[in-house]
Amino acid sequence: MTQKRKPETYEAITAKVSDIVLQQKQPRGWILGFAVAFLLVMVLIFSIAYLFLRGVGIWGINVPVAWGFAIVNFVWWIGIGHAGTLISAFLLLMHQEWRTSINRFAEAMTLFAVACAGLFPLLHLGRPWLFYWLFPYPDTMGVWPQFRSPLVWDVFAVSTYFIISLAFWYAGLIPDLATLRDRTKNRWQQVVFGIGALGWRGSASHWARHQKAYMLLAGLATPLVVSVHSVVSLDFAVGIVPGWHSTIFPPYFVAGAIYSGFAMVLTLLIPLRRLYGLERMITFTHINNSAKIMLATGWIVAYGYIIEAFMSWFSGNRYDAFMMANRATGLYATTFWMLITCNLILPQALWSSRVRANMPLLWVIAIIVNIGMWLERYVIVVTSLSRDFTPSAWGMYGGTKWDYATFWGTVGLFAALLFLFMRLLPAISMSEMRADLEKEKR
Amino acid sequence: MKARLDHWRSLEEYADSPECREWLEREFAPMASEWEDAVSRRRFLKLMGASLALAGLGACTRQPLEKIVPYVTQPVGMVPGEPLHFATSLTLGGFARGALIESREGRPVKVEGNPAHPASLGGTDVFMQAATLDLYDPGRAKTVTHAGAIVTWNDFRTALAGELARLANQGGAGIRVLTGNVTSPTLGAQMRALLAKYPGAKWHVWEPLNRDAARAGAELAFGVPLDVVCDFEKADLVVSLDADFLGTGPAQPRYVRDFAKRRRVAEGVENLNRLYVAEPTPSITGARADHRIPTAPGVLSQIAEALGTELGVISKQLDAAYDSAFVTAAAADLLAHRGRSLVLAGESQPAHIHAFAHQMNAALGNVGETVRLIAPVDENPVNRTASLRELVGDLESGKVELLVVLGGNPAFDAPADFAFAEKMLRAKTCVFLGTHPNETAAACDWQIPAAHELESWSDARAFDGTAGIVQPLIEPLYTGAVTPHEFIAAMLGEAVPSSYEIVRDFWREQKVWEDFEAGWEKAVRGGAIADTAFASKPAEARTITPETKATPKGLTLLFRADPTIHDGTFSGSTWLQELPKPLTKLVWDNAVLISPRTAARLGLTTNDLVELTNAARQVVAAIFLIPGQADDTLTLHLGYGRRIGNATATGHGFDAYPLRMSTAMDSTEVTLRKTGETYPLITTQQHFGLEGRNLLRVATLSELRDKPTVIQDMGKIPAPDETLYNPHEFPSKHYAWALTIDLSTCVGCNACVVACQSENNIPVVGKEEVQRGREMHWIRVDTYFAGVPENPGTHFQPVPCMHCENAPCEVVCPVAATLHDSDGLNVQVYNRCVGTRYCSNNCPYKVRRFNFLEYNGGISPVEKLGKNPEVSVRSRGVMEKCSYCIQRIESARTTAAIEERRVRDGEITPACAQACPAEAITFGDLNDSTSRVVKLKATKLNYGMLAELNTRPRTTYLGRITNPQPEARA
Repeated sequence: MTQKRKPETYEAITAKVSDIVLQQKQPRGWILGFAVAFLLVMVLIFSIAYLFLRGVGIWGINVPVAWGFAIVNFVWWIGIGHAGTLISAFLLLMHQEWRTSINRFAEAMTLFAVACAGLFPLLHLGRPWLFYWLFPYPDTMGVWPQFRSPLVWDVFAVSTYFIISLAFWYAGLIPDLATLRDRTKNRWQQVVFGIGALGWRGSASHWARHQKAYMLLAGLATPLVVSVHSVVSLDFAVGIVPGWHSTIFPPYFVAGAIYSGFAMVLTLLIPLRRLYGLERMITFTHINNSAKIMLATGWIVAYGYIIEAFMSWFSGNRYDAFMMANRATGLYATTFWMLITCNLILPQALWSSRVRANMPLLWVIAIIVNIGMWLERYVIVVTSLSRDFTPSAWGMYGGTKWDYATFWGTVGLFAALLFLFMRLLPAISMSEMRADLEKEKR
Repeated sequence: MKARLDHWRSLEEYADSPECREWLEREFAPMASEWEDAVSRRRFLKLMGASLALAGLGACTRQPLEKIVPYVTQPVGMVPGEPLHFATSLTLGGFARGALIESREGRPVKVEGNPAHPASLGGTDVFMQAATLDLYDPGRAKTVTHAGAIVTWNDFRTALAGELARLANQGGAGIRVLTGNVTSPTLGAQMRALLAKYPGAKWHVWEPLNRDAARAGAELAFGVPLDVVCDFEKADLVVSLDADFLGTGPAQPRYVRDFAKRRRVAEGVENLNRLYVAEPTPSITGARADHRIPTAPGVLSQIAEALGTELGVISKQLDAAYDSAFVTAAAADLLAHRGRSLVLAGESQPAHIHAFAHQMNAALGNVGETVRLIAPVDENPVNRTASLRELVGDLESGKVELLVVLGGNPAFDAPADFAFAEKMLRAKTCVFLGTHPNETAAACDWQIPAAHELESWSDARAFDGTAGIVQPLIEPLYTGAVTPHEFIAAMLGEAVPSSYEIVRDFWREQKVWEDFEAGWEKAVRGGAIADTAFASKPAEARTITPETKATPKGLTLLFRADPTIHDGTFSGSTWLQELPKPLTKLVWDNAVLISPRTAARLGLTTNDLVELTNAARQVVAAIFLIPGQADDTLTLHLGYGRRIGNATATGHGFDAYPLRMSTAMDSTEVTLRKTGETYPLITTQQHFGLEGRNLLRVATLSELRDKPTVIQDMGKIPAPDETLYNPHEFPSKHYAWALTIDLSTCVGCNACVVACQSENNIPVVGKEEVQRGREMHWIRVDTYFAGVPENPGTHFQPVPCMHCENAPCEVVCPVAATLHDSDGLNVQVYNRCVGTRYCSNNCPYKVRRFNFLEYNGGISPVEKLGKNPEVSVRSRGVMEKCSYCIQRIESARTTAAIEERRVRDGEITPACAQACPAEAITFGDLNDSTSRVVKLKATKLNYGMLAELNTRPRTTYLGRITNPQPEARA
């Protein structure tokens, strides 16, 4: 692959990025993609309306498998969000400058993924109109949430995550919004971007304060990379269900989250840079590094699988041993082996630098990992519940058309939000790209 | 005045009623002035008034005067909110089981057993429990109809009187009355009066599950037809030849209770009885057996003969195609328990096996000890099949002018070769009296709605002859509904008195009580009339020689009563349709049961649709593999495949009756053809193996004697302080409610499940929802098989909420909707529940039930009458589960608080425990050291299911102790 050169001047960078928003006619791919995404959003709205009308019984959940697609999707989306935070905050603190061209996009991805994720805990409630009972608000009856429940911790973890991600993303956007405000000739855009830019004038004191706040927010966001998915994993680890009740869950979930997050970053970036001709900003280095992180986190996840299997034997617990055997050979064995194939076997191709340089192939692998991570959550949630302690109560689960409609609906929502983001906001941080250029020159 | 009425001021005035005229005269004194006004206004008013009058008066009917009365003086004995109990009898196949019906504000809502009635002793079966649902079934017959048009009871009486007057001229020839089993002495007397009045009339009796074979067997053995009454309390040893005495029949609650008394190991019973069962298809009785062999029907006959030979009552050389070890062991045991043993033949077995059983009992000296022989209990003990055959013959030859069918459903359940549904159309007039629409009603000219048993005065005899009064709990919900007594009275041409008078008059004439009023009141209050059980008949057993019967080749199909819908009578009951059948856990369907080995040979698997063919008739039905079934033997339960009935009855399962011939009522040889199609059979349990887990613990009596802790040694319980949480968080200072379930006595009959459903307003979800795994039962009976699939050990385990002291469900609920109360109960607060279902996931017992959809939506007003007002009806999105019947606990606690005392042991009985015919469930207070539950929990048999998870369950089990003969194998 030939390495395309970066734009060399401030003006070139600014023009390249801001023209997408201000001038460039949207490529046909955008229109087509947005149309499909919008259609799926309609599907989502329809399935939510029907869900509220009839109840969660339209899904495939039952007793014993009382959690299904909703929770699988929730964990999957939350996991996807993690790469964004990791790229923007964690790598910022680590002074990994290569992140700059993809961080904005990754942050947006985080935000939209968390928005999709956040839908599910609400939708999956039997009585969703009472969702606010999970918040500690001063109730006239003096009733509080039950703080021992991981679901309450979830509420805090996810809402904190969303707020911090939003603030961080917005803080980074401010200088770029000012650039857009200054470049646009459209009065309406001037007003909107002007309000968004909060009176940014690019003065030295603005920059100093901005950098301080930005670093501070990065500092706040970084622990969330670890904490959010740890808390989400406690939804399972606190339960006594064999296959859930395991201390390895928090780190294993965090690694899985980053794994799936980078897979999603690649899934989106590879077509995006092609679509908008951004190869000189989102370079091979970005792609290559992301693929390497995937490989590394993939092995942490694999370690989790191995330890889980080992502990089920080592603990001497008959229920755990049965759970492990059931995963590998039971009625859901196909799902389990598909997961192993997707998450463990096929990604090993990433050891080869030729594979990492082959964009279409890399893109396929990224999608496979996304599928694999979804299956992993499916195996954890469904297989464990379907065969727990009492054999008489064992049962099978399968998603209904409404489960699939809701899932693909959120995929559509995610895509639609991303398409709108690319169209309406600078997808690459102009200010940081300019700063990078400065550093390179020196 | 009328002539002068040009202007008027009210509809009353316009209608010119005398009251109005009087009022007008008082209102308008002669000198009163009149307001003059323009014509236009008056004309307007005139037009308005006229149109009102035309529209209003034309549509009005004068409503009868109804005086409402404020609830100032209460009816005697009635306190709003307090239930009343009334004793009555509910019948199964005509035979009475004593019941106490709980009535709330005038509505019967719950059935309990009557402790004073010999067929119940306080226990119930599933059918009794479902009686209230049947009463409030919106699909009941509500109006008198003639040729599809709604008419009145008086229309019918006029028509009937005309018809009878015509027929009376020919001495009543042409009148035929077809009933089911009649045990009502009053109805019997009425029928005899009818036959006396119309000498040409005939009374036929048909019942699809009948005692023809048993009575023929008694006739073979004793020369007279006799009924058998067993005393399982006395019997040390029971040999059942396909007799499912613990599973079905009108004596089942009583027999289970007596049998269980000899199995109460935890309560110190040492002389356990022993049960040998030889049966072709698995039954509840077989599941309780200490020794069981599956036998094809032909082999069963050989086993009976071999037993007879061993006991010396038959002298015949036999070809041994049977399991001789079983016979040897059973025979040796029988000989060792002379006078204290019992040999029973199943009602579906042919007459000669019954005769052998009688002979064996006689030879062992059991007659008069464990077995009593009594005169047939019912009023017209004719051979059912013969009786119906005669009727069919008469119909065929056109002799029948007026056919009256009192209940039952012969058009559906008569033997196929009678083609009754077709033949009954040849009667000139056909009248049906029944509570529900069905195939027979649809074929009749007149359909008369019958009053439900809970709406009627009547009487009925129990299996042992004990008579009891049936009293109504409620006025008939539908006007025009009559009882059979009133119906026959109408046929007798009397000015129809009410059933109350008919039944009272009958008993007054019987002169059983010196003071009739006092005796009557006592009988009505108590439910059973003392000393009316039939006396034993002395009978001398004759020796008979067994006839050689050709062993059937090929496949044999057995017809059996369905465990939940019986012969089809209960197929309209949603509770019973959704009740998992004890051994298959099937709901909403029946299936062709087949042994795994035969299925493998024929290349069949569960859900395959097969075509069964016998003598030119075919039935298509789905296959279900069941361990313990005899090879080459198929079973299809009766009663499914109804074509006409309420919405529940029709469209489920496969009709077995088309294959059932009058010549072969219990089994038929069939050929089987795979259709290649499948049918979704739905079970509530998919896995019947324990996977080596110690959830259900079983030991033999000798193992227990060798090692008293054998049950408790099967699992390890963590110390109470092995927890991260404060073990003393819920001290249960006042009361600590707990429950034990004795697996030795439990027979898996399901009475607890339906009782719980009735008590706690548990909705029915339908087949599709059960298929998704969403059944709502708060207590379920788990069935586990152990050992080889040819003849497994079968174990039942009722599973309600465990009310764990360290409840895994509680810590995970984000809104504290499930939590401990001060008595240590794990309670569910429906109002607070948001429906995350985390609690259900974290419940290792999976006893929590979730309202995935609005299961209580859209129920009709009449169904609402049947709901227990003490228990919330749950809406969608809410988790629910067993509460130990907290409404009963609170009621007893309130009473105790008012009386300033503690709740006494035994004062609270949850619905499951109260219904249990085996008294396997004991509820009580752990803080009361004298309570039964404390004593039971102190025994070495007590164990907590999954207690090693440190859940500290309040519901515990008493391990099952079986009593196989120590020397015998398996």
